[in-house]
Amino acid sequence: MSETKYTADHEWIRIEGDVATIGITDYAQSALGDVVFVDLPGVGRSFAAGEAIGEIESTKSVGELIVPAAGEVVEVNDEVAGDPTLVNSAAEGAGWLVKVRFTEEPELLDEAAYRELTA
Amino acid sequence: MTADAPQPASPLLHVHGEAGAQLIDFAGWQMPVRYGSDLAEHQAVRERAGLFDLSHMAELRVSGPDAGAFLDHALAGRISAIEPWQAKYSLLLAEHGGIVDDLIVYRVDESGAAPEYLVVANASNRHAALDALSARVAGFDASVVDETEQTGLVAVQGPVAAAIVGAIGLESEPLEGLRYYRALPAVFEGEDVLVARTGYTGEDGFELYIAAHATESLWRAIVLAGEEHGLALCGLAARDTLRLEAGMPLYGNELSLDVLPAQVGLGRVVALKTKGDFVGRAAVEAGPADDAPVLVALTAEGRRAPRAGYPVLDDGRPVGRVTSGALSPTLGHPIAMALVEPASAGSDALTVDVRGTQLPATVAQLPFYKREA
Repeated sequence: MSETKYTADHEWIRIEGDVATIGITDYAQSALGDVVFVDLPGVGRSFAAGEAIGEIESTKSVGELIVPAAGEVVEVNDEVAGDPTLVNSAAEGAGWLVKVRFTEEPELLDEAAYRELTA
Repeated sequence: MTADAPQPASPLLHVHGEAGAQLIDFAGWQMPVRYGSDLAEHQAVRERAGLFDLSHMAELRVSGPDAGAFLDHALAGRISAIEPWQAKYSLLLAEHGGIVDDLIVYRVDESGAAPEYLVVANASNRHAALDALSARVAGFDASVVDETEQTGLVAVQGPVAAAIVGAIGLESEPLEGLRYYRALPAVFEGEDVLVARTGYTGEDGFELYIAAHATESLWRAIVLAGEEHGLALCGLAARDTLRLEAGMPLYGNELSLDVLPAQVGLGRVVALKTKGDFVGRAAVEAGPADDAPVLVALTAEGRRAPRAGYPVLDDGRPVGRVTSGALSPTLGHPIAMALVEPASAGSDALTVDVRGTQLPATVAQLPFYKREA
C-alpha cells in the first residue's frame, strides 16, 4: 500500500495507480465528535481544487470534505453512508469517503508535517 | 477579558484530564465537551444516569433582611413567595424588557432565620448578572456576594440518579421525599452540600452544590456509586442535545437582550399580577412589537440537522433563523427551535436552509421529548 499523505484541511489521501482514496483524519473525527450523517458526491462528479464535495455532520458541527486538486469522483463508500459511525471508529481505514482520479498533481503533506500542524 | 486576567478553573479540571475528556473553552472555563462519544453520553442520561461538571455556573448569594424584596425588584418572578428549600426558575430583565440572564433561585435559609438565596446564573452571564444585581441592591438591606469560584457544582441526571445520589453517604433527610424544584441541606464528609432536584436534561436528577475544595471527593464518590448503575461521565455536548430535546431554552441561542420573555414562551415566568414594580415591568406590560419574532419548535425528516443561525423560510421567503438545532439522538430525526415572524409561526410551508438545501420543517410543540412519568 502506498504512503498516506495529508492535507491541511484534515483529509488523508492514499494514491494507488491513478486512483486516490480520501477520508478525514483521526484528528478530524475526534474534533467533530459522533458523526451522524455523511453526504457524499455522486460517482462521475468532477470538481475543482479546493472544492467541498461532501459533508460530514456530527451532533455538534459540520465538516466539509475538501479536495486538494481538480479531478473526478470514481467511487463513494456506500457503507459509510449507511453507517456514519465508521468515520469515528475507523477514520483512516474502513471509514474512507471517496475515491477520485485527480487531473492535476495535489500538493500534500507528509505525516510528519501533518502531525506538526495538529500538535 | 485581558490576556493576563486570571482564568477561573473548575476544581475538577485535572480529574477530567485523567478521564480523557476533550475540553473546550466555555466563558473562559476549560470544560469537558465530551469524554468519549457524546451520543453514548446522551443515551446514558436517557436510560441510566450521567454525571456533569457544572462548576462554571455562577453562584451569587443574596442575604439580608430585605433579600426577598430586593429579588422581587431585581428579577421577573415573585421570589419572596418561595419557601425555604424551594427553587424557582426566573429571569433577570433589562429595563427595556430584554433578557439579561435566565437563572435558578434557591431559598436556602431555615424557617425563622433571615432570608437567604442562592442565585445560579449562566457562566457566560456571570458578570452581567452580578453587575445588575449589585446595582439593583441599592436601597435594600441586602448583600450580593459572588461565590462562583468557591463553589463546585455537579449534576447527576437520569432515571437511576436517585439510587446513585442515595448511595454516596450523604447525611440528610431521605432523598425520596425531595420533590422536583426543591432542595435540602446535606453534609458530605463534613462539608455542607445543597442537594437540589433540578436539572437541564428532561430527566429526573439532582444538582449538588459544595465547596470547591470538596468537589473532587464528591465527584469520585458519585463515580464509585454509579459504577453498578452504568453512570456515564457527560460533557457539554450531551447537555446541549438533552436540553434541546427537553425544549429548554439556552441563553445566547433562544434568549438574549433582544427578546422579551413573551417572544420565547416565557411570559408565565414574569409575575405581572402578583407583585409591584420590578426592573423591566413597563416594557413587559407594553409587550413586544406586533412583528417581533416568536419562538417555534420545528421537526424535520431525514438526518440533516438545522443548526443555529440557519435561515428559516416560509414559502421561499426568509422569515427568521434557527436558534438551536440537532439531529435528535433520542428521536432520530432533526429538531430545532427558531425565532420566526409571528405570521409564520403556524405556517405549513416552512423550510430551513441547510447550507443551500431547503429542508421542509413542521411546526411542533415543546418539549420534543418528555420522560414517562
